[in-house]
Amino acid sequence: MADLLWLVPALPLFGFLILAPLSRRIPRSVVSVIGPGVVFLSALTLTGIAASFISLPETSRSIHQTLWSWISIGAFTPSFGFHLDALSLVMCLVVTWVGFLIHLYSVAYMADDTAFARFFAYMNLFVCAMLILLLGDNLLMLFLGWEGVGLCSYLLIGFWYADPENGAAARKAFIVTRIGDTAMTIGVLYLFTHFQTLDIQQLLARAASTWTPGAFGAVFAASMLLGGALGKSAQLPLQTWLPDAMAGPTPVSALIHAATMVTAGVYLIARTHTIFELAPDVMVAVALIGLLTMLYSGFSAMVQYDIKRVLAYSTISQIGFMFLALGVGAFSAAIFHFMTHAIFKALLFLGAGAVILSLHHEQNIFRMGGLRRELPVTFWTFLIGGAALAGFPLITAGFYSKEMILTAVYGAPRAGMLLWIGALIAAFMTAMYVTRLILIVFFGTARGPHPHAPSWPIQVTLVVLAFFALTAGFFETPPLLGGVTFFSHFTSTALPAAHHPHLSHAADLLLLGAAVFAALAGIVAGYLVFGRREPVVDPKTSLPQWSGIERFFLGGWGFDTLYAATITRPYVFLADLNRRDILDMIYTILAAGVRGLHRMTSVLQTGQLRWYTAFVTMGAVVLLAWVVLP
Amino acid sequence: MASIPVHYVIGLAGLLFSIGLIGLMTRRNLLFMLICIEIMLNSAGLAFIGAGSVWNQSDGQVMFLFILAVAAAEVAVGLALLLLYFRQYRTLDIDRASQMRG
Repeated sequence: MADLLWLVPALPLFGFLILAPLSRRIPRSVVSVIGPGVVFLSALTLTGIAASFISLPETSRSIHQTLWSWISIGAFTPSFGFHLDALSLVMCLVVTWVGFLIHLYSVAYMADDTAFARFFAYMNLFVCAMLILLLGDNLLMLFLGWEGVGLCSYLLIGFWYADPENGAAARKAFIVTRIGDTAMTIGVLYLFTHFQTLDIQQLLARAASTWTPGAFGAVFAASMLLGGALGKSAQLPLQTWLPDAMAGPTPVSALIHAATMVTAGVYLIARTHTIFELAPDVMVAVALIGLLTMLYSGFSAMVQYDIKRVLAYSTISQIGFMFLALGVGAFSAAIFHFMTHAIFKALLFLGAGAVILSLHHEQNIFRMGGLRRELPVTFWTFLIGGAALAGFPLITAGFYSKEMILTAVYGAPRAGMLLWIGALIAAFMTAMYVTRLILIVFFGTARGPHPHAPSWPIQVTLVVLAFFALTAGFFETPPLLGGVTFFSHFTSTALPAAHHPHLSHAADLLLLGAAVFAALAGIVAGYLVFGRREPVVDPKTSLPQWSGIERFFLGGWGFDTLYAATITRPYVFLADLNRRDILDMIYTILAAGVRGLHRMTSVLQTGQLRWYTAFVTMGAVVLLAWVVLP
Repeated sequence: MASIPVHYVIGLAGLLFSIGLIGLMTRRNLLFMLICIEIMLNSAGLAFIGAGSVWNQSDGQVMFLFILAVAAAEVAVGLALLLLYFRQYRTLDIDRASQMRG
């Protein structure tokens, strides 16, 4: 079974290869079988491999498969190989199964779209690239997948390319992440020049044996890799692309911009954790960036009126939560939160998609309202997803993963208390804006058109995801609630265990109580602040009445304006200056001189035979005079 | 036989050459241009004869025979060109053939 590992990314690629060239020729019914089908087969194959993976002894729990040697230039010999360990297995399982559910959902969601096959071709290619990213055994393979998912993200954000705004959003996502990717390329090349290998396992072993903690090389490499992770995972200061990326179809937002691709940065840091652990200062930076991002997006999510943008900011904040966990060394907690987040955020996005679809592509939450009676399935599943995002105690998966992170942050060796309080505030805000969103969309009076119920694939997907949003948290529970450590035990073969300071019973109680309190207080506060106010119906006309601070948060703290003023506009200005190509002037002058000489000589070619005779005579006279005269 | 002073011969040859050259440059009629070339060739031949007689060498006369042959060949080619030119343009005006200007 383990030999079939290559099939896992190959099957979605196969789907892409069928759908892309034949997109106009094959009927929709075939596309809606192939598109989700290949991802389903891939998920099944991976599940089979997972079964044989678990039966391996714990000391050697990894599967390695080298297909062929990719490039061979001197010491630079990256292979085309896959490496499966507990970390990549968990991530791949989430990607394939959540990916399959979203593909299934898309069959219904995209049913009326003219570019049905193109959509599934891109989605399959995305799944393939994401699996290559996760399974690649060397940094170059990882980078191949990394750029592949970036490309698919670009293609899918700009899927409805007829609207120039969507194209602009796609370019923005591509270019902003490219800034991070440049840093990451530098980091990868630095690691190669230093260790003469790109194989991740060898690299980490050599790094651990060469560098002492805090060594310059480790700090530099970790910072550069962090740059790549920040771009891909939309963390401060490269977060501006993600809210705009909501221009793509909603299943794309669910799969790429919530559940999987944006967590690639988390994976990168967890994968190269050895290097990060050798650079403690960078780890602190990771935690701080995570915390700041959470607070930043918490405030922004509070005032958004586009349902998808609320969820986009909540995605940024939850990835910030994962970064915080990574920064304090709680790698398995970060991956656990990745797993639960992938499930409940996919659920929320798909629920939002169901709402948007049933209201004929209305995304403004102020034109929704009162949907709880008309769309009961969507309402209940969305409520479950929202509760998981808010970290509603005891029954939701989000509670357990957040609790795990909060505990690890509390016990962090550096600035633990500060980070812990910040994280609690962020968790409180999360609960608050989720409550606001649900109140405005599903309660109150109906302010929009009459909705029609979504079709069965949409409802089935929502119910399945809602089930897991409730249950996925029971793999890992705090000591006072059973103390299950299945998940951290499972990932301990690939990731170092978090610092587990021996906490007293009282401290355990405090941690649990604080997590419960943050979630519940947030929900109550959300109800008190947003529950009574009759919402604005059209923000576009009422925007001038909004307070300055609300508009500031609505625009994402003015980051877009700042970047436009400091980077984009000076760049465009310079490009405009250089429109005449200043550096090229030398060659232009040279060419102009040659052209002038050419024109002078071609004037002499009159075509008049008698002129030629005259010139020949004159030439002969001059030559004779030169020779004869002294 | 009273010998003609050599500078007369060279002078006559130069005069003939100049007449031919000026005719070549000023005439527009292709036939006259060919005639002018003949005059120039013959002036060169005259210069050879004159030079041969000054140095008592027969080379000058031999050279003139060569020039005659070359002139005959040239006239054959030139007249053929002239006929073709006339068929093409229905005139002998050389200025009409100026398509190959730069």
